[in-house]
Amino acid sequence: MLVFILKRLLSGVITIWFIASATFLAMHAVPGDPLANPKAVSEEIRQNLASRYGLDQPLPKQYLVFMGNLLQGDFGISFTQKNRRVNDIIREHFPVSALLGVLALVIATAGGILWGALTAIYRDKWPDSLIMLLVVISISVPSFVFALLGQLAILKLNSWLGFSLLPVAGWGSLAHMWMPALVLGLGTMAYLTRLMRSSMLEVAAADYLRTARAKGLPGRRIFFRHQLRNAILPVVTVLGPAIAAITTGGFVVELVFAIPGLGRYFVQAVQQLDYTVIMGTTVFYGAFLVFMVLAVDILYGVIDPRIRLVGAGGE
Amino acid sequence: MIKTASIYCRLGFRAWLGLALLGLTLPGLGLIAPQAGAEALDFEARRINLAMSQEPPDLNSITSTDAVSGLVLDHVLQGLMTYNQQRQLVGGVAERWQLRDDGATFWLRPQARWSDGRPVTAADFVFAWQQAVAPGSGSEYAFILFPIRNAQAINRGQMPVTELGVKAIDAHTLEVQLHQPCPYFLDLTAFRTYYPLRSDFYQAQQGKYGAEAANLLFNGPFMLTEWIHGASLKMQKNPHYWDRASIWLEHIDVPYITEDPNAHMNLYRDQKIAMVDGLGSDSLEGALQSRMQIKSFLDGAIFYLEFNHVPGRVTANRHLRKAIQSVLNTDDLVYKVIGSPGTHPAYTIFPRWMQGHRDLFTREYPPSRPVLDAARGRHYMELARQELGLAQLPAINLLADDSPGGQKVTQFLQTLLQQSLGLEVRVDMQIFKQRLAKMSAGDFDLVIAGWGPDYNDLLTYGDLFYSENMNNRGRYNSADYDHWVRVAQASLQPELRMQAFAAMQDLLFEDVIVVPLYERGRTYVQHPRLQGVVRRAIGGDPNFNYARIVAPLDGQP
Repeated sequence: MLVFILKRLLSGVITIWFIASATFLAMHAVPGDPLANPKAVSEEIRQNLASRYGLDQPLPKQYLVFMGNLLQGDFGISFTQKNRRVNDIIREHFPVSALLGVLALVIATAGGILWGALTAIYRDKWPDSLIMLLVVISISVPSFVFALLGQLAILKLNSWLGFSLLPVAGWGSLAHMWMPALVLGLGTMAYLTRLMRSSMLEVAAADYLRTARAKGLPGRRIFFRHQLRNAILPVVTVLGPAIAAITTGGFVVELVFAIPGLGRYFVQAVQQLDYTVIMGTTVFYGAFLVFMVLAVDILYGVIDPRIRLVGAGGE
Repeated sequence: MIKTASIYCRLGFRAWLGLALLGLTLPGLGLIAPQAGAEALDFEARRINLAMSQEPPDLNSITSTDAVSGLVLDHVLQGLMTYNQQRQLVGGVAERWQLRDDGATFWLRPQARWSDGRPVTAADFVFAWQQAVAPGSGSEYAFILFPIRNAQAINRGQMPVTELGVKAIDAHTLEVQLHQPCPYFLDLTAFRTYYPLRSDFYQAQQGKYGAEAANLLFNGPFMLTEWIHGASLKMQKNPHYWDRASIWLEHIDVPYITEDPNAHMNLYRDQKIAMVDGLGSDSLEGALQSRMQIKSFLDGAIFYLEFNHVPGRVTANRHLRKAIQSVLNTDDLVYKVIGSPGTHPAYTIFPRWMQGHRDLFTREYPPSRPVLDAARGRHYMELARQELGLAQLPAINLLADDSPGGQKVTQFLQTLLQQSLGLEVRVDMQIFKQRLAKMSAGDFDLVIAGWGPDYNDLLTYGDLFYSENMNNRGRYNSADYDHWVRVAQASLQPELRMQAFAAMQDLLFEDVIVVPLYERGRTYVQHPRLQGVVRRAIGGDPNFNYARIVAPLDGQP
């Protein structure tokens, strides 16, 4: 187990180094001048700026400086958020994205398992058809549409009630979180519902279920003990990537609901060619994804004893 | 096939549905709390709520360049001069002043205070201005201090900052030496880069000045008391501000920061914010449908079609430019393509609201308007072709960026020039930063450029085509035009200066330096009970210094 984790960690470090280098090269290959502003500046003012950010150095030197700082865990100072360290940006805004992401994931998982189980129970009946229709809609409609509809729904609800039941946008209390989290988790919920449904149906045909029924176990017990528990496994598998996707993919939701998450900084940095923020957030997200996939692999072995991790040493 | 449903007969469908719904709504239950201070206006607390499009990127007044930071800075800091509610230049920290050919003297108000209670002194201006021109600060607006003696040499690193032509005679007398006569110097001292900084406080922040609310000191009507990055900021009336009696508002809260215009509109509809600024076409339509009162004002930005005048470019040919001028119908562009209320066609580089000598400048010197005539345009095209000695004019490229508004204008121009002149236009579409880079490098034939004013003088527009101006991206170079710019720069006689601007305006038309397109109108909606908000092109916009809330009538929200 330890060897496995160490091996995976090493390959994770290499992956992150590769992500950092590729991003660095791609970023510098993108046309455009990060210091360009609508108002022109004289050559001397430009020089002053360039030397402040180290952009007057040759590219290989800039790369070495960046890698050196990265090893010390320092991403430098943002180009557009003056006087703000990229480390501070990540430290202050990632928890917001993470909190929203976790909440979204809780909703998505709970909803996905419940709806999925429900469709399996009412297979080929109208509840099944209805839910599967909603699933298809949820998967195919982009999240900004749901974000706008969700916001509009709150607005209509508030004006119908005559007082603000839920805030339209903003951040600060749990009341602010629930609609954005629902919108953010919707796609994953739909995906999990579908996964859960097929998984449930597969398990329903399994021998051990027939045995359980033959033993005369009560239906509810068969369902919870045997069918649901076994059917959940594939859902756990996709949770790792899903966590990463949800916590990093909240850009649109953060924008619409005015949430100070990291996703907004990430996308804005790319638009504004804010080199240090692009590098910082990309490397951070890369590391996060690598870590999540590893965590799920380990968790998988814990949940299902049949799975032995490769490289864990002979039994 | 196993009949799955039969197994769960005891757990009915309704129970399942209930369970599923519970799973969905659980996080929302019991979490609905009434939020204090969440309403758009609070008459009792004298508070307004606003939303911002983005986080202020730079609250250090000497390096700040953008409008969002400016909105905060212009409420929390004040320069020697400032603009009042009627948009007139009046004394800020300065109580009296005297402008001469070679310099200026400012006598500071003894009652002007920093937010920690200590007096604002002449030394605070000396320090701020020295920092602004110091090469190490990397201030992009250092140029705005160049009228001060030695400023440019210091910024080039050729002189120490102590050589800057500004001295504190005593705590409340500031003496400025000018590089050459500067008729608009008083206006400059109202600008952000000229705001004071206190050296002891500035240096104690160790390079983090302006990074957080706690890293700032204030001498303006308001103080920034809370700043949660990306989420919210709060401004509160400054109890030490010298003119606090004329400030009615106690709180300006910004609980929402998002670029999404729909979110702003929805917050406004939900009565959470008092204003939505800069309505896009979608928001505008929605606002019209809900019968909101739409307001608009000219924000000072002027847009024009800029030509590359560098020899060798086809656009360096005057007849080609004349041809384009003869067919470009700016009325069509503004009313049919842009279609934003408040935006006006432009016929000159000088906006219609700028003062001349005794009246508005464009009233004193009405700009010439081109006769729109496609046949004449084609005639000019033919002349251009002969002068250039070409069998056929080559395709010219139009540099543009990928903003939705820009694309509409680009398509209009492309179609127009192709259809009425037979001139093939290739659109070179770039991301914003790359468009800027290509503009600076002179890598274009045509580009739609825009300009916003820095100070309240016609020169901020007029010197755009001065041969040495970095913003003259088309590199127009005319001894005539340069002469008039120098007259306007150095003369203290208003009449002579106006004649110089009129001469620039004539050259602009005759030589087709650019084709003016439009003056941008900014549309917005504002809570009907919020009054006294100043919208302006110069001096920081919008301004809430003089804003007040009208008392609610019974039964009115």
